[in-house]
Amino acid sequence: MTTKCEALIDWIDARFPLTSTWKAHLSEYYAPKNFNFWYAFGILATVVLAIQIITGIFLVMNYKPDGTLNAAGVPVAFASVEYIMREVNGGWIIRTMHSTGASAFFIVVYLHMFRGLLYGSYRKPRELVWIFGTLIFLALMAEAFMGYLLPWGQMSYWGAQVIVNLFSAIPFIGPDLSLLIRGDYVVSDATLNRFFAFHVCAVPLVLIGLVAAHIIALHEVGSNNPDGIEIKKHKDANGVPLDGVPFHPYYTVKDSFIVVIFLMFFAAVMFFAPEGGGYFLEYNNFLQADPLTTPPHIAPVWYFTPFYSILRAVTYPLFGIDAKFWGVVAMGASVVVLGFLPWLDRSPVKSIRYKGPITKTLLAIFVVVFITLGFLGVKAPDYVFPFGVPGAPVAQIFSVYYFLFFITMPWWSKLDKCKPEPERVNFK
Amino acid sequence: MMTKMIQRLKGLLAVVLFAPGLALASEAVHLDKAPVSTDQARLQRGAKIFVNNCMGCHGLSFVRYNHMEQIGLTPEEIEKNLIFIAGAKVGDLMIPAIQAADAKRWFGVRPPDLTLVTRARSSEFGSGADWVYTYLRKFYRDPERPTGWNNEIFPNVGMPHVLYEFQGEQTATVTQGEHGDVLQLSLTKPGKLSVEQYDEAVADLVSFLVWAGDPSANFRKSLGLFVLGFLAVLLVITYLLKLNYWKDVH
Amino acid sequence: MDSGRRTLLVASTVTGGVAVAAAAVPFVASFAPSDRARAAGAPVKADIGDIGPGEMKVFEWRGKPVWVLRRTPEMLESLKQADALVSDPASEKSIQPEYTKNQHRSIKPEYLVAVGICTHLGCSPSEKFKEGAESGMGADWPGGFLCPCHGSKFDLAGRVFKSQPAPTNLDIPPHYYISDTTLMIGEDGKA
Repeated sequence: MTTKCEALIDWIDARFPLTSTWKAHLSEYYAPKNFNFWYAFGILATVVLAIQIITGIFLVMNYKPDGTLNAAGVPVAFASVEYIMREVNGGWIIRTMHSTGASAFFIVVYLHMFRGLLYGSYRKPRELVWIFGTLIFLALMAEAFMGYLLPWGQMSYWGAQVIVNLFSAIPFIGPDLSLLIRGDYVVSDATLNRFFAFHVCAVPLVLIGLVAAHIIALHEVGSNNPDGIEIKKHKDANGVPLDGVPFHPYYTVKDSFIVVIFLMFFAAVMFFAPEGGGYFLEYNNFLQADPLTTPPHIAPVWYFTPFYSILRAVTYPLFGIDAKFWGVVAMGASVVVLGFLPWLDRSPVKSIRYKGPITKTLLAIFVVVFITLGFLGVKAPDYVFPFGVPGAPVAQIFSVYYFLFFITMPWWSKLDKCKPEPERVNFK
Repeated sequence: MMTKMIQRLKGLLAVVLFAPGLALASEAVHLDKAPVSTDQARLQRGAKIFVNNCMGCHGLSFVRYNHMEQIGLTPEEIEKNLIFIAGAKVGDLMIPAIQAADAKRWFGVRPPDLTLVTRARSSEFGSGADWVYTYLRKFYRDPERPTGWNNEIFPNVGMPHVLYEFQGEQTATVTQGEHGDVLQLSLTKPGKLSVEQYDEAVADLVSFLVWAGDPSANFRKSLGLFVLGFLAVLLVITYLLKLNYWKDVH
Repeated sequence: MDSGRRTLLVASTVTGGVAVAAAAVPFVASFAPSDRARAAGAPVKADIGDIGPGEMKVFEWRGKPVWVLRRTPEMLESLKQADALVSDPASEKSIQPEYTKNQHRSIKPEYLVAVGICTHLGCSPSEKFKEGAESGMGADWPGGFLCPCHGSKFDLAGRVFKSQPAPTNLDIPPHYYISDTTLMIGEDGKA
């Protein structure tokens, strides 16, 4: 039996790099042994990606991207979502997994990105890992945005209407560009169909390709760790890093445990609060899309709101071009600036553990700023905090901080008083 | 126990997320808490009220008549007591007899489908069920409206007070309040039901609509407990496995 | 490998396997007919009061044509003639409810209720009711149906003739009479 199995593997290995791939990426890929819980979110993002792809395939079997009205006066697309929720066997489980998965994806990815920020995972030699990651984040935003149109509810419709209209702010080509994106004078059946094609086909292909690139680049340079030092500096006689453990079985068993914890949170939301308090499934999206009536208060889904706040914060025209355009530029820049992090951070150390008080303070403020921007993005523009603090100027000040944090990083990161890095990683 | 805890958590969450805004929000609406029930007898009574009073204009166009087997009715009972539309079969969707175009002419708006009303009407002021429960109890006489009716939480509503023969007639007196006019409703002509009976009937109707808005809710929650229990077992096993492997790493 | 580790590996593989299998249930279940498909496949009431002798009416049940043919005494007589020509005169191999497993393949001899789908490859046969050469089926044609796709021939009880592509007689759906003029197709009568 064993020899037959070995013979089969030999046969395959002569034709396909099975054993060598297994070794390179799992059994002989040495990961630092001092990963803490922040290092779980990469694997969790992969798990959510798998959930989204599988549930997505099954949703496509019953979803109909059709904005025309059926006999009961309901858009076919909207009705087909309710059809999945009510009439397809197990359909509500599949759809709830997908809608919960969308929010879970962003929670996990934001924490994954913050981990990078904490431990300097973007620093040399991991610049490309980070850039691929930023591109994944961009693709994910596109994927989520276009997917959100598909249920064809009021929030889907008006959210898409507003975001597509952003493109019309671009001088000269803008109006034509947004017309080209919609394929109609308003968001319509044509828009729904092309967004569907992008959401289920084009963007997932790009995402999977980028994820592969992200992981290949990572495995080329090796993982960073909470101490921010290279484990490859200290190797034994066989060239194995002294502070590394083979990914399989050590991290496969540890990650299985972590995945189960994650699935418990996931199941708790999915089975007991699938609407996520109106944040994961917005209440107004239980109303069918109506091109003639805008709901009184529309806000993007929570995961876009920090960037949406930055968009809204820009209210001054500049160089003779109106504020709308600069808002779009600011929003785009707020994502793109992340890609430059590897060259903005000039600190002698990578990890927050050895960075000084300046970095720690500014980073803590950054977290507060980002969350507050997200909070304000959910609220109406005239939102007022307790004690009468108006929301709009706060969003403007915080948006400025968001950019200053990155732009001034080369100075303050160099200026900061850092502690010396240890020679070997801290473990236990 | 569990639901109570969840309710309390939800309440807490609502306070944390929304309360700061409430004090200054201009259109703050007070909604009465709907006593939503999952008791089958009450859901069945709600179904009866719905098909008798609402379904002339409003549909539940994502619900099939035979989905009501979930609330303890047999197909025969459904066919006999709840189907009033000629030619409708027990497997059909609950689409109203009224033509959309007629309805629009009569009321100025198309009467909305009510399948998802208890979810769509949710807001920071309360659940969608609370909204419907309050709405149906806050109609009052207003001679200035074409229908002769107005509503406290849905000003200038297009719908007349369909349930008035049960509730009776309320009239509004306007008093000057701190934040503008305040409506005070009082029952001037009693209906067939007492106030308590009417509230209970509306609660049954709302409970039925809550069921219709999310028919898998009950099964979802019980399945959820089972799934969480199973994952807890898996959690223990994978944790022990992790400990077993990592004991060799120093 | 120590025995504790082996036990844990087995336990986690088994529990994990059960979890994956359980997670697969809704996905596999979603392939089964939905409530909409089942509602469309529900039994249909058929009004047969207006079918004249020798006439046929077609009803739709589960998306398939169901024939209700009101046979004249002559037509019923032709079945006896066909007994020798059909391949399965007693309907031993075909699909029908027990209460129609007789020579005329129906509850009432007068009415034939059959699924109008050829048992060969699923086309719907056309009417060739007239006896003899008149229907263009040869002089010894007792009257029946001809499938346009591959030429399978059936008699007026839906029995397939010998040496035809169709393997069995036409299916008879479950049905019962609510009254003399209304038929319920798709459901056995409550005995």
